[in-house]
Amino acid sequence: MAQALQLVVCAGIVPDPLQTLEPVTGPNGPGLKNEMVLPAVLDPWAACALYEAAQLVAKNPGSKLWLVSLGPKAKLQQVMMTVGQKAVFELIPIDGPIGGFPDAHSTAAALAEAIAALPGFDRERLLLFGGWESATRGAGVTLQLVGERLGITDQFQGVDQITLREDGSFEVLERVEGGRHQVSVCAGTPAVLGWATGNLAEPRNNPQTGMANMRGIMPALQKAKTVALDGNGLRYVSVSLPKQQRETRVEKNMTADEIARELVEWIGAE
Amino acid sequence: MATAAVPEVTTMHTLPGDAIRQIQWRFADRFDLQMLVQSARTVARTTVARMVAAGERNTHEWTPAKAEMMEAFDRAGITAAFMEPEEGGFITGPKNLALSLAAFELAWVDGGAATGSLASFLALAPIHECGTAEQVKHYKTLAAPPQAGEDRKPWRGAFALTEPLPYVGVDTGILSGKLRIVEWRDGSEPLLQVDKRGRFITNIAFANFVTAAVISDDPRIKGSCVVILEEGDEGIFDRGTATKKLVHQLSSTGDPIFNLKVPASRIVGGYTVVDGVIVPNFNHGEVIEAVFRRTRVTVGLMTAAKLLSAVEPVIRYQRERFHGAAGVKPGTMRYDLGIQQREDALHRLVDVWATGEAAASLGFAAARIFDDLEPLEKHKNALMKQLGVSGKRAVLKALQESEQRAISLLGMAPNDPRREELAVDPMVDFVLKDAVADVLCPATKLWNTGVGANQMREAVSLMGGYGITEDCPGFLANKWMDAQLEATYEGPEAVQRRQLTITMTREVFLAQFRIWIAEMRKVAGDYPGTGACTLASAMEMWQWTLVHLQNATDPVGNKLYHGQRQGVTFALADALCWLLASRCQILDVMELQARGGDDAVAAEGLAGTVQFLSDLAHVQAARAAGEVSRISAELVFGYNLHPAWDTEGCSHCFTTQELEALEETMPGITAFAIDVVGADGSHPLKAGPCAGCGGSSDFQRMQNKLCTCLSGCRLAKDRAADTLSKVMIPEALDYPA
Repeated sequence: MAQALQLVVCAGIVPDPLQTLEPVTGPNGPGLKNEMVLPAVLDPWAACALYEAAQLVAKNPGSKLWLVSLGPKAKLQQVMMTVGQKAVFELIPIDGPIGGFPDAHSTAAALAEAIAALPGFDRERLLLFGGWESATRGAGVTLQLVGERLGITDQFQGVDQITLREDGSFEVLERVEGGRHQVSVCAGTPAVLGWATGNLAEPRNNPQTGMANMRGIMPALQKAKTVALDGNGLRYVSVSLPKQQRETRVEKNMTADEIARELVEWIGAE
Repeated sequence: MATAAVPEVTTMHTLPGDAIRQIQWRFADRFDLQMLVQSARTVARTTVARMVAAGERNTHEWTPAKAEMMEAFDRAGITAAFMEPEEGGFITGPKNLALSLAAFELAWVDGGAATGSLASFLALAPIHECGTAEQVKHYKTLAAPPQAGEDRKPWRGAFALTEPLPYVGVDTGILSGKLRIVEWRDGSEPLLQVDKRGRFITNIAFANFVTAAVISDDPRIKGSCVVILEEGDEGIFDRGTATKKLVHQLSSTGDPIFNLKVPASRIVGGYTVVDGVIVPNFNHGEVIEAVFRRTRVTVGLMTAAKLLSAVEPVIRYQRERFHGAAGVKPGTMRYDLGIQQREDALHRLVDVWATGEAAASLGFAAARIFDDLEPLEKHKNALMKQLGVSGKRAVLKALQESEQRAISLLGMAPNDPRREELAVDPMVDFVLKDAVADVLCPATKLWNTGVGANQMREAVSLMGGYGITEDCPGFLANKWMDAQLEATYEGPEAVQRRQLTITMTREVFLAQFRIWIAEMRKVAGDYPGTGACTLASAMEMWQWTLVHLQNATDPVGNKLYHGQRQGVTFALADALCWLLASRCQILDVMELQARGGDDAVAAEGLAGTVQFLSDLAHVQAARAAGEVSRISAELVFGYNLHPAWDTEGCSHCFTTQELEALEETMPGITAFAIDVVGADGSHPLKAGPCAGCGGSSDFQRMQNKLCTCLSGCRLAKDRAADTLSKVMIPEALDYPA
């Protein structure tokens, strides 16, 4: 039986991963060089959460999806030109600083306050989604803190799947070591789910969905509440790029099987 | 020579992003267009790019993968961009800018993909522009992608104008496709027989309908028309063989044969029966004029996209050129800058980038003016209908009064009491914008594709041997070749030049051109450093040259500015295009400077971005001035006979004896005398005494001024080059190669 859910996805924006990300220390602490100008995308793990949430809404008539996002509203607007075409949602923008370095507690407080103030908010029907990781600094605690502030103690991280049951309970698959999943059954909402990648492909852009969303997104952006987040005293001690390693060997006479075997051995030795 | 201290300037940190482009190209407040851009970009840099990388261009045939690309266009909303919301679209109002932006994004990766998307619009355009209300609704609804819950495939169209040689292609006024009446019963719709052979028809491999230009082969049908053919019509609908194109292979092109029976209701725009004769409401010339004057802009923008898309791959190639070389360690100049240590590599890339900026600015300005023009044109058409004015000549005559009012408006003082009345007259607004659109459209098609193709060759050469391989990031060699097709299809360069020679001499345009000169001077005064002053001087020179040529004759008394004298008229059209592109580029920089601060993203590092784009504009203005100076000088002096060492030619020369006598009263005069004839008739070793001509001193004064106006342009180039060596680029191209 379909359930009328309230789905809230918390998702920030991050620089496009293809961009050159060069750490710098600015007047407000650590950041990335030219971060405000670099093209941004919805944080990839949170984006997976959004697509999963949209599918749940589609399968459960009467449900409602909000996307709560904290970042500079001008950047949010640019990102919404793409994200707004992928799923039907209502945007709750919070105009705040860019980057992954603001304090997680104050970030969570701003998000929780915005969620609690949603019109018609019903905590008992809430599924709070977000990414279990982030393409920014990735403190990995903000979503849990938001849940705590909303008094939601059923929390799952590294989620790849949720299956709703007719009795209102749901089954969750969480990633554990060794490429396996831990299966949990939760008695019902409310719950917090920090998503890994899920199983859905990225939805295609649909400008008609976008046009429908934009009627709400643009006014929301104009009215976005501005928050100032606490710094957390972070500073760079040292920064280095991951070491690039290239070991090329030209082999002309090996069979595919031999090459595969050697690759497996090499991977196993790592 | 004294030199001033060079002021320190800010620099651009990253490649211009969407926030910058939205302001420059005036769609910052149009989220429908912003979404279309993102949508088209995603298709281009995933589906299309993967196809190109996988070698899908290596076949002329229509393949399942290419068909999948069309479906990707449907899903991304690109197909629906042409439709009104009630027809299945999502953009309200004129769509020239929208379609231009979508084509720009697709052509960033592959021109054939862009052409494939545009060809369906091209097939619908005759119906959209001239079709009856029933035809518009029927075919646009069929062509719209399925809506949620619908299970149908959208119809695709092809536009069949070009015919096998020796017919349409050079002169679109001549057709071999024929139309006859095969059956006409009393009180019922006539049944027509259509015989048409097409050549180089895009989308033909899968088109469900074709809009074909045909001419009457029956005394009961008057003139020519465009007729709609469907694949299910009785007769032959043969798609023909695929054209063996070397370019744009992701679009379908072939030489179809049609021999079909269709009802007369398929005549685009309908018909009237007069004395037993079917008179189409629009002849084929009227239809194609309405269509091409818009769609050609989009083609020009495709080449602009190629040029701008080349910048990032070339920078990356230049910087990483020596990575991996023995002895080249990270942190060394050679490692970090690679070829960018060399000024030439940077300067040549500055030229490519500046051309791309100018081409994009010109094209988007043209697209916008067609959007502005559309409601005004509808108003004009309604008014003409109300007045009972029909036919091209009658309409032109009826517009003469509005033209005069428009010209007088342009010349009025700001406080003239008549200004208010004329400024709000939609017909005045129409003739003003129409005159500009009639120039910007062929200029975009001609300059962007022609000069753009040459600059793409430069871009390819900057990648060394890598540039002409299939592995070249950004598919630059493909783009170079593709640009040549863009210079040719939808009216080759000669057609665009021909149109310009007529439209650029209309007084309504020239009156605006004169105002543009003053506008550029003002820009230069308010914001020095864009090259606007240089451009204004070059515009004055072009204007002077036009007037001179319109009044001058050659040595045998033939007029120089004449329709048949293309050596004069076409060259002057080419020169104008350089000016128009440069002006639009400068105006776009000014727009960014004025409005960039209002956008939080664009505002970040705005001063550096404006500085860099100003420098590019300055570089481009100097090149435009050089072209205008060269072309004008050739035309002004080139049609005069060079004086010979004969009696007439030497009539203004000094003789040795005269100089000796003068030297006594004016010591040193000998040093200034160039053409001196000796007593024995000897003379300097050259073609003849130096030439002059009527007005030459005026021209040379302007040319001298123009030379000094170039001051600073190379400093701008140096600054731009310096930025190129420092600007941050992404780690990798965002589409496969």
